[in-house]
Amino acid sequence: MILAVRDLEKTFGSLVAARDITVAVPALQTVGIIGANGAGKTTFVNMITGHLRPSKGSIWFDGRDITGRPSREITRLGIARSFQVAQVFPSLTVFENLCAASAVARRSGGIVKAAFTALHAPATVADADAAVELFGIARYRDERAARLPQGVRKLLDIAMAVAGSPRVLLLDEPTSGIAAEEKFALMDVVMAALKERQITVLFVEHDMEIVGRYAERVFAFYDGTVIADGPPRQTLENPRIQELISGPKLNSAASAAGHA
Amino acid sequence: MPWRSIAAGALAFLLLAAIAPALPPWIVSLATIAFANALVVLGLMILWRAGLVPFGQALFYAVGAYTVALINRYIGVRDAFILIAPAAALSGLTAFLTGFLLARYREIFFAMLSLAMSMILYGVLVKTETLGSTDGFNVEAPSYFGFTPQGALRPLALLWLVLACSALSTLVVSLYLRSVAGALAIPVRDSEIRLEFLGISVNRLIHLKLVIAGTLAGLAGALAALTIEHVDPNMAYWTTSGGFVFVTILAGAGFAGAAFIASFLFELVRSIAYDIMPGTWQMVLGAALLVTILFLPEGLGSLAARPWRGSKPATDSAKVKA
Repeated sequence: MILAVRDLEKTFGSLVAARDITVAVPALQTVGIIGANGAGKTTFVNMITGHLRPSKGSIWFDGRDITGRPSREITRLGIARSFQVAQVFPSLTVFENLCAASAVARRSGGIVKAAFTALHAPATVADADAAVELFGIARYRDERAARLPQGVRKLLDIAMAVAGSPRVLLLDEPTSGIAAEEKFALMDVVMAALKERQITVLFVEHDMEIVGRYAERVFAFYDGTVIADGPPRQTLENPRIQELISGPKLNSAASAAGHA
Repeated sequence: MPWRSIAAGALAFLLLAAIAPALPPWIVSLATIAFANALVVLGLMILWRAGLVPFGQALFYAVGAYTVALINRYIGVRDAFILIAPAAALSGLTAFLTGFLLARYREIFFAMLSLAMSMILYGVLVKTETLGSTDGFNVEAPSYFGFTPQGALRPLALLWLVLACSALSTLVVSLYLRSVAGALAIPVRDSEIRLEFLGISVNRLIHLKLVIAGTLAGLAGALAALTIEHVDPNMAYWTTSGGFVFVTILAGAGFAGAAFIASFLFELVRSIAYDIMPGTWQMVLGAALLVTILFLPEGLGSLAARPWRGSKPATDSAKVKA
């Protein structure tokens, strides 16, 4: 198991954001995380990536306890994430964004050493150029990130997360804010790239057709915990899940899973 | 790639040093103090790129100046090179220590905390008799490796020292800005959360910037003390910090050379305004700042239009789009 959590719980005062989460993910699996707003999906992602410290329970990455470690340490161990609202550097070009990501990922030693390492080292530039090809955004290479279309910005966000060659990647709603007709094209690019880099993926998604098409396994969140964990077809067809998550496209998603 | 700009910078400083003997004495002394102060601005540019504007940089300036003055007064050393090295080091150390607190704050909180720290030093200087109190004290004219210049050579030697320090500092800052730690300034301003999730500590990046900027300000203060041959608590006062921020806005954060040009213009406008209207010279400076912000929002450096990093000019991206 590359990622395992046990009895994970997060409370904010009297509010329980997540509770009793115990799941394990083997390497190279692609997991879809579904659930209504406030069901605890993003809290789950935030705890694994060190953005939130769990109130209870433990998180294990490749046999190592990473509970409560700061996010930058967890990133360096090999768990990366993308964001629901793409977190890129708008003042820089796509290429500069990727150079920055690669330079940070490649650095060894402290900040002072980073002051003696050139940003545009040949390896960094090569990484950035490989990344724009891998994610199909080469024609936006010298465009400032502030001017990118939403879909390209999402891809850049994910490409930056991948710069550190993570073993596990958590995508927080990769298709949110993307026009319905572009969602599949975006996910095709992302999933092909992540497969090529041999990355285990957990993605939060509201669109059940996307989940049905790309996930090998589904975690259904409700009221802060995982109420179902199984293959997409079975999980999405379960009437209880349908009721609790009440996704409008649930039925068609189950059939999409059937075709996939 | 950076060799051309390094050569151009070195040439500019050498040229200035060469023509200095032909310049009228008032320009030489104006340039000396202006270029010394420009080193503070060079440090502020580093911070400004990361979105940070300290209103208390005079703290490090005063630490540098007082280190020179105190060593001179109590130990009797008057060799410029022996004086400026500990001054820069001590301000760097001060920046390192205050940095543990400052690096955790942003925006107005950062600005005000740095202001508060500088005003604490001001208070201490004003109240302490052994540090000269409100009057401060004088500094002897420096020697250079035992050589003491006389007559017309005295101001020139000082200008050359300041030019040498300026050239060296500009080189160091330019190289730093091309490094991973230096180039991440704009990312710090744009998205701290992305940087943290790439696996680097934003606070530590800022801490290093503070130490570099503090060391430069200390070096500047040391050179200023040797130039003015006097130190007083006003060197730590908030209006001194404000002046440095003023020049930074004038210069912009895009191009190191602009720090020196802007600082020179600032001193020039200030002394001319002071000559013409001693009572209301601040109005002239205020008007100059207003004009800068309205017509050159990115400062004088934007006129040079030479990006420090290797990013492509806008025309290239337009081509890519087409």
